[in-house]
Amino acid sequence: MSKFKKKQANTKQGVPTSAMPDVVFMLLIFFMVTTVLREVELQVQIDYAVAENIEKIEQKRLVSYIYIGPERLGGGRLGETRVQIDDALVDDINAIRNIMYDKLMEQPRLIVSLRVDRDSEFGVITDVQQELRQAGTLRINYSTRRQI
Amino acid sequence: MLNRKRKRESGDIDGSSLADIAFLLLIFFLVVTTIDVDTGIGLVLPPIPDDIEPPPVRERNLMNILVNERGMVLINEQPAAIATVRERVKEFIDNNGVDPELSESPDDAIVSIKTDRRTPYNIYIDMLDEVMGAYEELRHAASMERFGVPFSSLEQGSERRAEIQEMYPKKISIAEPDEG
Repeated sequence: MSKFKKKQANTKQGVPTSAMPDVVFMLLIFFMVTTVLREVELQVQIDYAVAENIEKIEQKRLVSYIYIGPERLGGGRLGETRVQIDDALVDDINAIRNIMYDKLMEQPRLIVSLRVDRDSEFGVITDVQQELRQAGTLRINYSTRRQI
Repeated sequence: MLNRKRKRESGDIDGSSLADIAFLLLIFFLVVTTIDVDTGIGLVLPPIPDDIEPPPVRERNLMNILVNERGMVLINEQPAAIATVRERVKEFIDNNGVDPELSESPDDAIVSIKTDRRTPYNIYIDMLDEVMGAYEELRHAASMERFGVPFSSLEQGSERRAEIQEMYPKKISIAEPDEG
């Protein structure tokens, strides 16, 4: 028996894990709140354009989306440029004014977000914009990604 | 005194698996989350005119930008490079009546963008971005001069922000394209 006993710290080793569920729950709640489940099935291919001077849309409730891009066909092929609102492709461009007018009646402060493929021709977008003017939905937003 | 023989079982629920459940949910939401692109260039379309003649605009107050399908730019009928557009727009807006060819005041200045029907969308966005950039730089400069803070740090809807916005109102017109 040695006379000089090694002094050992009395503290327990190991990190206390009792607070771990709290931390995890906090992260969980954060992700639950920020998650937006995709509500529409995209039928057109969209590759966003890039811009520098962009602003955030603060109130998501006011936003309605119009998707414009080449139609997705089976097997990764792409077709003609089409317009999609909500879940359906729009066959007749002139139908847009009625659809958007109805939406405007529901939400008078509607913002229309145009999500357009970068290689689309501008003619289609003009046609859509003319329809929006007819419907009276004048606040629009061109969706773009920030330039990196 | 009666001695209780059985030890009472504890009524607590075992909480050690709580973390596992939480982790499982966390991983599910991590995978499902798509951080959406909700940024973009805002614009207000002009209403459909009800047979009222638009007010006459003096030619010096109008800057015509024409973009064709190959991304070539004409400013007031003169060819220009896309990289010089921002400077040209800034000069045009912030002229305050000095140069008789350019605008009378930022309030009168109108920038008109016109494209072909076959112009690709990203060229149009580039163009619009340059014009927006010019306005943003002017507002930034005005804000620095007046309040000593950058325009972007002024709060949304505050009086100061409105004041700067009123100094340089964005008057951008998107003309209907020609058949091309």
